[in-house]
Amino acid sequence: MMRLELVKRPQKSRLMSVLSPIVAVALTVVFAGIVFAAQGHSPFTGIWYFFLEPITSLWGVEQLITKATPLVIIALGLSVCYLSNNWNIGAEGQLTIGAIVGSILPILFPDFVSPVVLPLMLLMAMAGGALFALIPAKLKTVFGTNEILTSLMLVYCSNLFLDWMVRGPWRSPQGYNFPITIDFHEWAVLSAVDVGGIYLNLSAPIALLLVAILAVVMRSTLKGFEIRVLGQSPRAGSFAGFSNRRMTAFAFALSGALAGLAGMMVVMSEIGKLQPVISPGYGFTAIIVAFLGRLNPVGILIAGLVIASSYLGGEAIQTSLQMSSKLATVIQGVLLFFVLAADTLILYKVRLVPGREGERAHA
Amino acid sequence: MLEAIILTVITAATPLLLAAIGELVVEKSGVLNLGVEGMMVMGAVAGFAVTVSTGSPLLGIVGGAVAGVLVSLIFAFVTLTLVANQVASGLALTLFGLGLSGLMGESFVGQPGIKLQSLDIPGVTSLPFVGKILFGQDILVYLSFAAVFAVSWFLNRTRAGLILRAVGDNHSSAHALGYSVIGVRYLAVIFGGAMAGLGGAYLSVAYTPLWVENMTAGRGWIALALVVFASWLPWRAVIGAYLFGAVTVLQLHTQALGIGFPSQFLAMLPYLATVIVLVAISGNRRATLFNTPSSLGKPFVPDR
Repeated sequence: MMRLELVKRPQKSRLMSVLSPIVAVALTVVFAGIVFAAQGHSPFTGIWYFFLEPITSLWGVEQLITKATPLVIIALGLSVCYLSNNWNIGAEGQLTIGAIVGSILPILFPDFVSPVVLPLMLLMAMAGGALFALIPAKLKTVFGTNEILTSLMLVYCSNLFLDWMVRGPWRSPQGYNFPITIDFHEWAVLSAVDVGGIYLNLSAPIALLLVAILAVVMRSTLKGFEIRVLGQSPRAGSFAGFSNRRMTAFAFALSGALAGLAGMMVVMSEIGKLQPVISPGYGFTAIIVAFLGRLNPVGILIAGLVIASSYLGGEAIQTSLQMSSKLATVIQGVLLFFVLAADTLILYKVRLVPGREGERAHA
Repeated sequence: MLEAIILTVITAATPLLLAAIGELVVEKSGVLNLGVEGMMVMGAVAGFAVTVSTGSPLLGIVGGAVAGVLVSLIFAFVTLTLVANQVASGLALTLFGLGLSGLMGESFVGQPGIKLQSLDIPGVTSLPFVGKILFGQDILVYLSFAAVFAVSWFLNRTRAGLILRAVGDNHSSAHALGYSVIGVRYLAVIFGGAMAGLGGAYLSVAYTPLWVENMTAGRGWIALALVVFASWLPWRAVIGAYLFGAVTVLQLHTQALGIGFPSQFLAMLPYLATVIVLVAISGNRRATLFNTPSSLGKPFVPDR
């Protein structure tokens, strides 16, 4: 029997840091090819339709950017959380609450029509998402409660809350009893502008701006250093005068605010009102984006585009090959496994050695 | 009325108890597998699929356990052999399980299932009140209690249980003593996968014989919270699971009474209760820390 043995590298491999996400994506493409073959399609046709065909048209590129934008924005916030060892997995809920808070203006004050409504809505959404994210953060710092479980439980609560809002107090009187709110007015939606054949709204440039800001903050400011130090060694961080509690609050508030912002912009650009479901799981998929991007702002931008393409790929194989679009979520999950596994190569050399009797009998 | 309530509490508590007792063993070995939700939902879809295609709910249950084991092996390989981050890998397992179960179950949506038979002993099950509650349950209910008993005995009274706890408390010492840390952990993760798979299969074969996408609805996460609530003591997990069962029933019965309270807020109860319970239990630091496996979530690479 052969078995794998890990040998620790003297230092992190820089080559592997760059290579590991690429290895992961390559393995995922191979996996997808096997799935297509198992379903009786040519693997190359499948890979073409899933990964490449969607972005061969301008419309496809537009869709890619639309889907990638919220993923990138949310993942940026999550990366700060994960780097500082705060496991916020409730971005989906923070997105929802943010969108609800921001929607107060166009729904409760529909006569307040002014250009300031748009920025106000975005700010309110950020505040709502941040405050909602502070619940698990405070429970963690005050009581020591596991933030993974609390932040996730709040996702279910926030989705149910949105469901109640659009069926109850906020249901549109003109909505034929459908669970929808009134349509937002013109200053409460993000309208698209023609940019060389692609229709884009404000959200994509905002995402790019956030990537740039976070890249600078992480690279060359004290805050970025603080985030990394507290994540790697809370003890060392406290000697430097950094507060772990404040960092937890900061990381959660930041990621909550960004999730709220992303949620609001999705509603303002794609839906134009509230309804029971406003996100196809962006808050969860962004976790994959954050890791695939190696928790690095520029990496996240690229990863966001890669993952967004899998959403489009799912739709493409449904229309072209009559396969289920649900394959996309499977491929996203597999990709995350490959990313995490490939990261081992950064710290360790992997060797295949003959197994010894009695040891690791089950491995 | 009381009998009906107790019966519903049992059905609501059983899937949680099955998954929680599995995860308890996993965590006792020092591994934090956050993928319970993913393993459960795979158990649910596989349980339903096998039941429908073979016509046997018993085989369905076995299928659910096997599916749980198979996906848990992916987690085990990535976190134990390749020492990847356990938290992130657990999340990956959940996302993967939710996706794959949705894909596998697509053709089963809306199909009628076959309900698992309950025990029926002539003359005994028909006893007033206690008959149905004690002697009229399905096999998984009895199995859940048998598992609690067995795990409690295994961890505290057997040599193998002592080794498992040693691996979870101090993997370096256990390794130095010659125990296979990775081997023990593989077995623990596999056991956790089987139990989560059973819990999931219970949902689609006994609780509501149907397949609905994402039908676990966060129960895997609640099971994880139960392990913390139980502070890694098997019998306390029973109390926790039945407490949650009671909360679920409270929700159903209030809804049935037709009180003008929005159903969405009632549906939030189990999730809010989880948060409240976690906060309450984490307030009691001493009791929690005493039982927490010291190596929980820490990666182990054998040096040689």
